[in-house]
Amino acid sequence: MSAATSNEAFTQFLLRMGDNTLILGHRVSEWCGHSPVLEEDIALANTALDLIGQTQMWLGLAGEIEGKGQTADNLAFLRDVWDFRNLLLVEMPNGDFGQTLMRQFLFDAWHSIQLGRLMSSSDERVAAIAEKTSKEVAYHLERSADTVVGLGDGTEESHARMQDALDYLWPYVGEMFQSDAVDAEMVAKGIAPDPASLREEYDALVGRILATATLTIPDTAFGHKGGRTGAMHTEHLGHLLTQMQWLQRAYPGSEW
Amino acid sequence: MSQALKKPSVDQVWEWLDAVPDPEIPVISLVDLGIIRDVAWADETLTVTVTPTYSGCPATSVIAMDIETALHDHGIKDLKLKTQISPAWTTDWLSQKGRAKLEDYGIAPPQPAGGPQHCPRCKSENVTRVSQFGSTPCKAHWRCQDCLEPFDYFKCI
Ligand SMILES: [Zn+2]
Repeated sequence: MSAATSNEAFTQFLLRMGDNTLILGHRVSEWCGHSPVLEEDIALANTALDLIGQTQMWLGLAGEIEGKGQTADNLAFLRDVWDFRNLLLVEMPNGDFGQTLMRQFLFDAWHSIQLGRLMSSSDERVAAIAEKTSKEVAYHLERSADTVVGLGDGTEESHARMQDALDYLWPYVGEMFQSDAVDAEMVAKGIAPDPASLREEYDALVGRILATATLTIPDTAFGHKGGRTGAMHTEHLGHLLTQMQWLQRAYPGSEW
Repeated sequence: MSQALKKPSVDQVWEWLDAVPDPEIPVISLVDLGIIRDVAWADETLTVTVTPTYSGCPATSVIAMDIETALHDHGIKDLKLKTQISPAWTTDWLSQKGRAKLEDYGIAPPQPAGGPQHCPRCKSENVTRVSQFGSTPCKAHWRCQDCLEPFDYFKCI
């Protein structure tokens, strides 16, 4: 395999990591000033801030590996929908507070397992980012899991809303465990694990929390996909980007 | 020869850095916070190695600027700031002096148990967590059940 091909696959892998944290970070930041109570507003803002900070590391390394002089900012603000490599799950709209926290939990569970594996990546830069970010993600997971349990096993109203959120979001979970040529190359080089190998641990963790939350995992094998490969995003991502990118589009290169 | 003698010692630089306050918790210094990992001369260039706290901490760029300003004021012209993310920053690196200052300031210092030892004001151990996320990424929000005051807890990471 030529060096050029490897760098291409490695760049794609890094974009997948960074686009997940970027898009989810932006989504969560949309809550700023709108949460049900002040403590939740602060928690969501802090989570968004962590995710955006993590994005800087993943996309920064992606630009470096790609070798075309792209910065993390360029990659975040000047690419269009078809170049994004995030899971469809993270671009889904916030919905109500319960749906936001359900989405967060389903992502955090995967994220924490993925980062745990990446800590032993053969690439020391990837291992270092994973080591750093996994500490933050441990707090994200603790909070989203607690909230899912609190609301799921809460009032009749909160339980119904959490079950609706789970039914709506569950078909987006399967995409986390699909793999393609990029993943095969990452596995061969010891950079990242085979996505499918995370499924067992994920199902155990998510199953335990959702059972405690008295919620039922939908009995469906149907799954949406196309985000991490860039084949097809949902209509929601374009709307998100118009808001997230407008300043750099209107005033290219502006800094503060 | 005389040029070389003018170069401040590494210990001297550490002392200067210990006078640079953390921008968000100004009672402790950058050295107390444990983010200064190394100070070293290579010929005429001084390299200061910094490990950021939280990935999204907005203070990170301010900290870099404060280090540059402080060392320039002490006459260091050729300065290089190196960011090192591994090993990842941990609250275990907070100095003993820093921990005491945090408590005096009203912020409960991190504890291995994962919660504050006692209320930083009245020292009551009857405390309860309000939220795992507080006013900045590094703090959680707690409340004392005796004096009823809310307080920040510097959480373990
Ligand atoms: Zn008290």
